[in-house]
Amino acid sequence: MCQSELRSFQKDMNKFIDAGIRVVGISVDTAEKTREYMLQKAGYTFTFLSDPKPETIGSYDLVHPEELASGKDIARPAEFLLDSSGTVRWRMVTENFFKTARPEQVLEAARPLQ
Amino acid sequence: MRSQFTKGLNWQIWAGFLLSLVAGLSYPFVFVRWPMTREFPWANLVLFAIAILLLFLGLRRAFQSDKGIVSKIFSSLAAAFGLFMLAALLFVIYVAGSWLPASSAAPLVGQKAPDFTLTDSNDKPVTLGQLLTEPINNKPPRAVLLIFYRGYW
Repeated sequence: MCQSELRSFQKDMNKFIDAGIRVVGISVDTAEKTREYMLQKAGYTFTFLSDPKPETIGSYDLVHPEELASGKDIARPAEFLLDSSGTVRWRMVTENFFKTARPEQVLEAARPLQ
Repeated sequence: MRSQFTKGLNWQIWAGFLLSLVAGLSYPFVFVRWPMTREFPWANLVLFAIAILLLFLGLRRAFQSDKGIVSKIFSSLAAAFGLFMLAALLFVIYVAGSWLPASSAAPLVGQKAPDFTLTDSNDKPVTLGQLLTEPINNKPPRAVLLIFYRGYW
């Protein structure tokens, strides 16, 4: 149930490739777990990065400490659209777990980018 | 003439009970998949409205008729269960769903995204710089979308 956001992006993957947008998922999952669940079982085709410590998730201030369901420090949901210089051009740092970025919002936000 | 079966069976309470079960469980198992039914659970609320109407009718029937105490107790429990399922769904979405850290230091629009080096699914190190420059379909990428997600841990 918690992968419903990623699923909606996977469904629109062709639109993202056509628009030249690289979609990258970041979580505390190890590379091994990602291979097993996200690539082999679920068939995702975008880039996944592992941050098990979590370090990068921390530098983006997105650590959810001792999250209730897992009891671990994991990433809270958030999305950042970066232009080619690495500057944030659009973001969503949701206040509710069930309301995350929709693919069409991101495609719309990316339209003016070079 | 009603048959002995329909006369004896308080079908409203049963239907209401089962429908409230479906109304609650169909959120995590079905309706959470699409933003349109996830962000505001209108599909589940429609199911709950029907379920609660049925439970109300069943409850009224149980308390009006010459039914025994067992039927009255069962109907009350079924109605309470239906309301509990509704409360549980709203609690999960609107209360537990907002138990997220404030993330006030997360990069803002206009700011440079913090650099990083992380391992990809092939255990190879990848930098943000690589993600921003490595071509997509032989063209330099126009943008990079970073999605932070909860994962399987």
